Amino acid sequence: MRLPVVMLTIMMVWGISFPAMAQEAQAPAVGNSTVVEGKLPIEVHGFLLGIFTRRTTGEKPVKGNAGNYVLGEERLRLDLSETSESGTAMFQVKGDIFHDSIDDKTDTDLREAYAGYTHGALDLRLGRQIVTWGVGDLFFINDVFPKDWESFFSGRPLEYLKLGVDSLRARYSSEPINAEFLLIPYFTPDNMPSDKRFFFFNPFSSVPDQREVEPKSSYSNTELALRLYRQAADFDLSLYAFRGFWHSPAMKVDNPASPAVATTFYPALTVYGISAQRNISGGVLSLETGYYDSRDDRKGDDPTVPNSQWRALIGYQYQLWEDFTAGVQAYSEYMEDYGAYRNSLPPDAPIQDRFRGVLSTRLTQFLQYQTWKLTVFTAYSPTDGDYFIQPEVSYKITDNLSVSGGANIWDGAQETTFFGQFNKSDNVYVSARFDF
Amino acid sequence: MQRWKWSLFLILILAVTGITAQAQEKEAATEIMQKKEQAFYYPGTDMQARVTMELVTAEGQKRLRVLSMLRKNDPMSMNQKYLLYFHEPGDVRRTAFLVWKYPGRDDDRWIFIPAVNMVRRVAAKDSRSSFVGSDFTYEDVSGRDVSADTHTLLKEEKLGNVDCYVIQSVPKTPADYIKKLTWVDKKTFLLLKEEYYDEQNTLARIFTADKIENIAVDGVAQGIPTVIRRTMKNVKSGHYTQTTFNSIAYNPGLEDEVFSERALQNPPQKWIK
Repeated sequence: MRLPVVMLTIMMVWGISFPAMAQEAQAPAVGNSTVVEGKLPIEVHGFLLGIFTRRTTGEKPVKGNAGNYVLGEERLRLDLSETSESGTAMFQVKGDIFHDSIDDKTDTDLREAYAGYTHGALDLRLGRQIVTWGVGDLFFINDVFPKDWESFFSGRPLEYLKLGVDSLRARYSSEPINAEFLLIPYFTPDNMPSDKRFFFFNPFSSVPDQREVEPKSSYSNTELALRLYRQAADFDLSLYAFRGFWHSPAMKVDNPASPAVATTFYPALTVYGISAQRNISGGVLSLETGYYDSRDDRKGDDPTVPNSQWRALIGYQYQLWEDFTAGVQAYSEYMEDYGAYRNSLPPDAPIQDRFRGVLSTRLTQFLQYQTWKLTVFTAYSPTDGDYFIQPEVSYKITDNLSVSGGANIWDGAQETTFFGQFNKSDNVYVSARFDF
Repeated sequence: MQRWKWSLFLILILAVTGITAQAQEKEAATEIMQKKEQAFYYPGTDMQARVTMELVTAEGQKRLRVLSMLRKNDPMSMNQKYLLYFHEPGDVRRTAFLVWKYPGRDDDRWIFIPAVNMVRRVAAKDSRSSFVGSDFTYEDVSGRDVSADTHTLLKEEKLGNVDCYVIQSVPKTPADYIKKLTWVDKKTFLLLKEEYYDEQNTLARIFTADKIENIAVDGVAQGIPTVIRRTMKNVKSGHYTQTTFNSIAYNPGLEDEVFSERALQNPPQKWIK
């Protein structure tokens, strides 16, 4: 929480200086813009959101509150923003105040808070911001930025899957090439499903002393991400490079025979990748690949650190009839030093395949002037023998008020595979949202 | 024998002229539709407008969409670029569409989803789909390739007190309508009315131009006649959408950068306010 305070201060100072900037910019403004008297100096929006999520398996996590609810929360989102009339300066703050009835506490969540400055072809943004790269639908290769899987699996809206990164972001736009560069001095890990609300595979869950070590904020630990992009031969083409850390946790114990301390940590990672997207036969074709260089385990013989791997996906999205869209994807991971990985495993540890493949579909149907939205996402892994299904129905009662209901369903032959481990966590959720 | 030959000759001549006349009629109809397309979707070199769409159910329940529409014509072709930026309602606020329109082939389309700060390509096949849940399709908003239909000039008649051409258009490849009748103002070539007939050949949707104004622009003495309020009504459900162009400026001088991925994420403030 140290950075947000600094950011908020910056925002406030920035915000105060806005009326002056706006006035200055009024003279050259073109078009029909009029200054409305009595208008707030900043834009204020947001929503109220209530979500209830209940496990359907009847199983209760040991560390949970002994109930069947995964989530019971009320959230108030405040979204403050302003852009100077000339467009050169802007700020945006999105923050939530929420009450969680499972933990029975009220807390805040600063989702995004950044100031932006535009000069010629350069856009600078400083602060906490959500960055989304890549072309996959829920499969992330070059989008190395932190995810909140607990939110995603517990019925919160899709936007909560992405966590902001505290960073400086620079974007340069030009005809021959566009570039986006991020400097991320403060590490943000993925938020994985917690053992208070979910069942998942953790071989060290019974270890009494659980610790977490995040990469310290230092010059050498600063994460760097670069994306170069342009259009070429009707493709939207992007090249990516990232140097930083795995955002999904790795785990090690002090003594494998009788562990007393289990430590969650984030090994060093470099990713290079490419993506391409274009129209083909009325649909959208997406291609993406990336090489994950796991720098702390280049030989692949450390069982606590993920091995280097290749990831690739191909997807196609097509509208089959009015307001009905179907998307299919094939995604794969290929481990580099598989022999070293196999040799390094302790005797009774679960063994991962060298190749992991996942097929997914997303079907979306809008009805009644798009006031009803029915969508179902299905992911099935033929190599792991497990699957995940997420159906959702939402209805817009008015422009401001909507209700949704959905489910998260997992199953698999084993409880150690990616989807299979959540087998006992199946849940259903309902939510209501009022936008203002 | 002679008479028989003469008859055959005459019949042939009549047939040929008949076919030619029919072809000419088709050509005339196509030309009218092209002029309509120009007058309705292409006036000026570029355009800026704030658009309000009121979606009204048969029971009278209203929903509202407010957006900024920016458009620029390619001086060398019939291609156009559009940027649509949503101000209201809350759940789509700051969402933006970028459309690069190419008559004759699929458009390029991108959407910016502000909640996750993401730009995505969207499938272009849905040009006959509803535009943001309204009664208008994407093609109603940005135009339909004239050569996608076969046009016939049915008649000329008055609509109210305006002299109009009435054109029948039949899609060359299956669409959501089998026939469309279009009333085009003979003087301004503005689209004044459309009737869409579905597969059962019953009237399904009606478009009406409700309010026309001359919009001042440099170099055109009397301004550019523009439909500033229009309605599309679904005859079967009773649902209708009324679109109002609140402030239109022709030739404001939109830069090419306004129609880029950058503009989706960083909307050009001076044009969308």
